[in-house]
Amino acid sequence: MPMKRLLIITFLLFWTLPAGAWEWSGNVAVEGRTFFQSPLDPRQYDNDGSVSLEPELAHEWNDGRDQFVFRPFGRLDARDSERSHWDIRELQWTHAGDGWETTIGVSKVYWGVTEAWHLVDIVNQTDLVENPDGEQKLGQPMVKLSLEREWGTLDFFLLTGFRERTFPGGKGRIRTHPRVDTDLTEYQSGAGRKRVDLAARWSHYIGEWDIGVSLFHGTGRDPLFLPTVNGKGEPVLAPYYELIDQVNLDLQATLGQWLWKLEALYRDSDHDAFYAWTGGFEYTLVGVAETAMDLGFVGEVLYDQRGDRSATPFNHDAFLALRWTANDEQSSELLGGFVVDWENGSTLLNIEGSRRLGQSWKATLQLRAWLNVDGKDPQYSFNRDDYLQLELARYF
Amino acid sequence: MKRLLMLFLLVLAAAAGAETPEEKGLAIAREVDARDTGWGDFQAKMSMLLRNRHGEESLRQMRVKSLEVEGDGDKTLIVFDEPRDVKGTALLTFSHKTKDDDQWLYLPALKRVKRIASRNKSGPFMGSEFAYEDLASQEIEKYTYKYIRDDELDGTPVFVIERYPVSKYSGYKRQLVWIDKARYIPLKIEFYDRKNSLLKTLTFKGYRQYLDRYWRAEEMFMQNHQTGKSTLLTWKEYRFRTGLKDSDFTRNSLKRAR
Repeated sequence: MPMKRLLIITFLLFWTLPAGAWEWSGNVAVEGRTFFQSPLDPRQYDNDGSVSLEPELAHEWNDGRDQFVFRPFGRLDARDSERSHWDIRELQWTHAGDGWETTIGVSKVYWGVTEAWHLVDIVNQTDLVENPDGEQKLGQPMVKLSLEREWGTLDFFLLTGFRERTFPGGKGRIRTHPRVDTDLTEYQSGAGRKRVDLAARWSHYIGEWDIGVSLFHGTGRDPLFLPTVNGKGEPVLAPYYELIDQVNLDLQATLGQWLWKLEALYRDSDHDAFYAWTGGFEYTLVGVAETAMDLGFVGEVLYDQRGDRSATPFNHDAFLALRWTANDEQSSELLGGFVVDWENGSTLLNIEGSRRLGQSWKATLQLRAWLNVDGKDPQYSFNRDDYLQLELARYF
Repeated sequence: MKRLLMLFLLVLAAAAGAETPEEKGLAIAREVDARDTGWGDFQAKMSMLLRNRHGEESLRQMRVKSLEVEGDGDKTLIVFDEPRDVKGTALLTFSHKTKDDDQWLYLPALKRVKRIASRNKSGPFMGSEFAYEDLASQEIEKYTYKYIRDDELDGTPVFVIERYPVSKYSGYKRQLVWIDKARYIPLKIEFYDRKNSLLKTLTFKGYRQYLDRYWRAEEMFMQNHQTGKSTLLTWKEYRFRTGLKDSDFTRNSLKRAR
């Protein structure tokens, strides 16, 4: 993305926007990671530390109908130079009319309902070096028009410019072997990163049902990987981004203490055509054992028609988890579960917890372990990357 | 024969006139509701001071927008400002008279709007002593009623009525409500848990009148008798009839609310 141009636009906006209440907020965090096994590649580190900063500058005028948000993000990582990176997560102007809304600039959009795998969430590229779970996203330049009608909400997107997925560097952990070399990125589209992609989504709710149907036409966010050798003679994987057409469905039924969820897609490219879906339930017991705590049971299936040829390891897998919510002053939460491949038995153990400390601090824990990973499973590269991560963040 | 018919009609009239405690309780609740109808919309700031039994405090701050909906429950949007880690988190509720409320939660870090199960109404709101159902729009149909007695509360003449939640997902068996006879506003509520033991007491203080008609308490203090914890909820900067519309209470507006 042309970062320089964005910065110039930012400064121009600062000059031209009407003066008023500018609001600063955000967080600064320190993070430590420790790995339980020695790495597969001797270049890789054992323990890592990093700091991150994510400030947000926001301004509202016209009684909140106009909003400007600038939210940069940066991380300094002690070991992995690819993980030391910065990004503009948001730099946008939103104007809301009566029943319509426009957004211009770098923004973030979320589509979907499921917990384990965000299958249909395609607008923003994954900032993979941030977290292997793929939940962190890069800012996407766009022009968005949203219409709210009796029959639902229609969103139209002009995605002006492509963001490359980030990948850990040679020293980084939780990566493929050989590593992905982003200097060798190739595109099917002749316009490369300058291609303008199109997307649209209709969403609505009818009683207990929330539904979304979306279309995407452009450069797919998931690359294919081509084994090659880079300039230094190192064997690497080169990302190849192909042009795709994709139709998505996301559906949720909220029936009492049960949530039923489904995400499905059909994707067509020169290389392949397939469908994939993920879905299941979340059942919450409220006030267990006469306390304020909630206990949730989550079960989801992850299926990809490509099977073992999938670009994702979650092709014939099941996700089972428990979610504990304390509902205390510190908003303590714990989610623990497994993703198990029912064909080859490969298992990913995932535990995530968080707790507020005092009024402005928050501690977050992540534990991930790969158990019984089959040699043919795409997760086999992470076989020796079981890790514990602790983060302490100060919000302001 | 004519005399007999007259007598019969008299008896019938007397029977109709004698209100049962249930009818009287419902009539009082109807009057409370009628006097609080027609406010249109409001915006206000709300803070909650949570205190545990060791005296440790934590603060919640949020902004509230609400739209009165004719013939149904209100629409409410709550946006959090404090604690800072949940800043921008927003909760949209379409409450309904008899069926379950519709509720969406916006998580700003992921930009995700999540439909949530509104039957979790007995759960604590943001770790406070207020349950979701305590803060929800108080529709007549959500309870059945019974008049208990006339009384005085700190020198103010009151009706004491009991109300029983209709929803089986409520955390309460019953609530005892002290209602100001002159203004038809609640002054105190005692909440009894499912086992019928006293759980919490809510007291309303600092009532002020808006638009020459609608009474709003500045302070609502909830004491939990079973845990020793308390929450002081304070309302500030009430503004009525600010011109809010349905389009200010959509899933898109959740994402804009900041």
